[in-house]
Amino acid sequence: MPVTSVRRSVIPGFRVTMAFTLAYLAIIVLIPLVGLPLRTGSMGWSAFWRTVTDPRVIASYRVTLTTSFVAACVNGVFGLLAAWVLVRYSFPGRRIVDAFIDLPFALPTAVAGITLTTLYAPNGWIGRPLAELGIPVAFTPTGITVALIFIGLPFVIRTLQPVIESLNLELEEAAASLGASRWQVIRRVILPYLYPAWLTGFALAFARSIGEYGSVVFISGNMPMRTEISSFLIITKLEQYDYSGATAIAVVMLSISFILLLVINALQGWSSRRVAA
Amino acid sequence: MRQMVRAVTAAVMLLAMAGQAAAQVQLLNASYDPTRELYQQYNAAFAKYWKVKTGKDVTVRQSHAGSGASARSVIDGLEADVVTLALAYDIDAIAQTGLLAPDWQKRLPQNSSPYTSTIVFLVRKGNPKGIKDWPDLIKPGLSVITPSPKTSGGARWNYLAAWGYALRQKGGSDASARDFVARLLKNVPVLDSGARAATTTFVQRGIGDVLIAWENEAYLAVAEAKGNVQIVVPSLSILAEPPVAVVDKVATKKGTKAVAEAYLQYLYSPEGQEIVARNHYRPRDASVAAKYSTSFANVKLFTIDELFSGWAKAQKTHFADGGTFDQLYKPGS
Repeated sequence: MPVTSVRRSVIPGFRVTMAFTLAYLAIIVLIPLVGLPLRTGSMGWSAFWRTVTDPRVIASYRVTLTTSFVAACVNGVFGLLAAWVLVRYSFPGRRIVDAFIDLPFALPTAVAGITLTTLYAPNGWIGRPLAELGIPVAFTPTGITVALIFIGLPFVIRTLQPVIESLNLELEEAAASLGASRWQVIRRVILPYLYPAWLTGFALAFARSIGEYGSVVFISGNMPMRTEISSFLIITKLEQYDYSGATAIAVVMLSISFILLLVINALQGWSSRRVAA
Repeated sequence: MRQMVRAVTAAVMLLAMAGQAAAQVQLLNASYDPTRELYQQYNAAFAKYWKVKTGKDVTVRQSHAGSGASARSVIDGLEADVVTLALAYDIDAIAQTGLLAPDWQKRLPQNSSPYTSTIVFLVRKGNPKGIKDWPDLIKPGLSVITPSPKTSGGARWNYLAAWGYALRQKGGSDASARDFVARLLKNVPVLDSGARAATTTFVQRGIGDVLIAWENEAYLAVAEAKGNVQIVVPSLSILAEPPVAVVDKVATKKGTKAVAEAYLQYLYSPEGQEIVARNHYRPRDASVAAKYSTSFANVKLFTIDELFSGWAKAQKTHFADGGTFDQLYKPGS
């Protein structure tokens, strides 16, 4: 049972570490987050409601959530593929490719945004051929999605890599020797084992995208109702010294993210229990 | 032994630095983005002037951000002795917190604006679309670049310049001005978050036929783009007055009030005005203006007080939530 194992843990210092963890979380995460709704407290319920249900703000939720979702899905598919290739195959330059994965973490987001805009603008290296095919990227929701794919890429790969490394090759061999086809091995043996980590990576990429500002404002074009993301609207409120309006939108975004993360965590718990069973 | 020598040297150096710091006055100037080059030159000139006048050293540090973002940092506790921002509205917002007197704009000559600028057009080399004045900007099919007035101070001047132009035409009214600006905005494919970003969109990305910009930004862009773009001056534009002010409470607390005031007053001196003009801001001083008359096109200008009864009102009518800009982007309008 987990309770007894905690009490009889061979590692001492449970109380100290627990107290430290709680205090740390409170200072770093909880207090700033509690401060948010407190700041909106000054505006009253009807003003809050009017702010967060304004058609333009609603449109920004739609833009933010759909682009974030699509970006997280793309990263989910290609992140799985990339993680698999990086762990299972050895090829020249693998370590270098592996090191490249983390660059979106390290690059200032504004730099990423400007670079991507240069590439995908109608006169850019990638943007020009695409524009000739009738697919404009920069200054459209597609452009926002591209920026979000870029910044979300490491999340899926980095959460999947250790899990793929720990995959027991014998399991696959056993399945194959019992007559499973390759597709069956992937679907029935490997994927169920990867689901929890995969979902975590997806959730992290998704959550990161929802709050992204720096890399998106340059490529989005910020056209009202079409390519305005919620973070941009928060900045526009701040420009008018409307702190409570800005925090109102932030509270809504935060609630949406929190609910999504809860749902994904629940899904993850469910799928890892299923694997264990 | 060697370690001891090292430690002593370090200690002596530290003491020397501390001593120097005590004899040196430091000012922090919170400004907006396009003034970077201007104040770099001006700060050096002022330090020289102050040394000659009082024998004391002064170093001025700069902090640059969008005008509104700079104002917010000062409100939130950035200890800037002076603010030099893009619009009076942003300094008004600081004044509302009590950091400086509400009548700050009357304390220095000419609305506390030692230099002015205006709004001009930047077009492609040779002006292929033949853009000469504001009405050319609302022609169907033309593509106009201007940043979002919700986040950019410069874009607010652009918007008001267009509005004011329409208002000043024969039979001009609020309704006709609104219609003019609506048609202009229909030609805008991208609303960047700041003036520099819009310049980049126009010059580097090659998007748009015309950029509406600060005159000083336009000059910088022409120099940057090596002749690929050129300036077109409209028949009528707005007089942009970027104001400056001492942040009383901060300066009093740091004991820098006298030098902070001298710092701003020196901007009005012939030397200060010279630096201003060299950086493509329009000088106030008549003799300096005469000297640089060839660099600044003669354009009829209206002020924000004449046509919009000041910044507070303009902000509320046009740029606040639900203002004319938002109305023009309402779905179905």
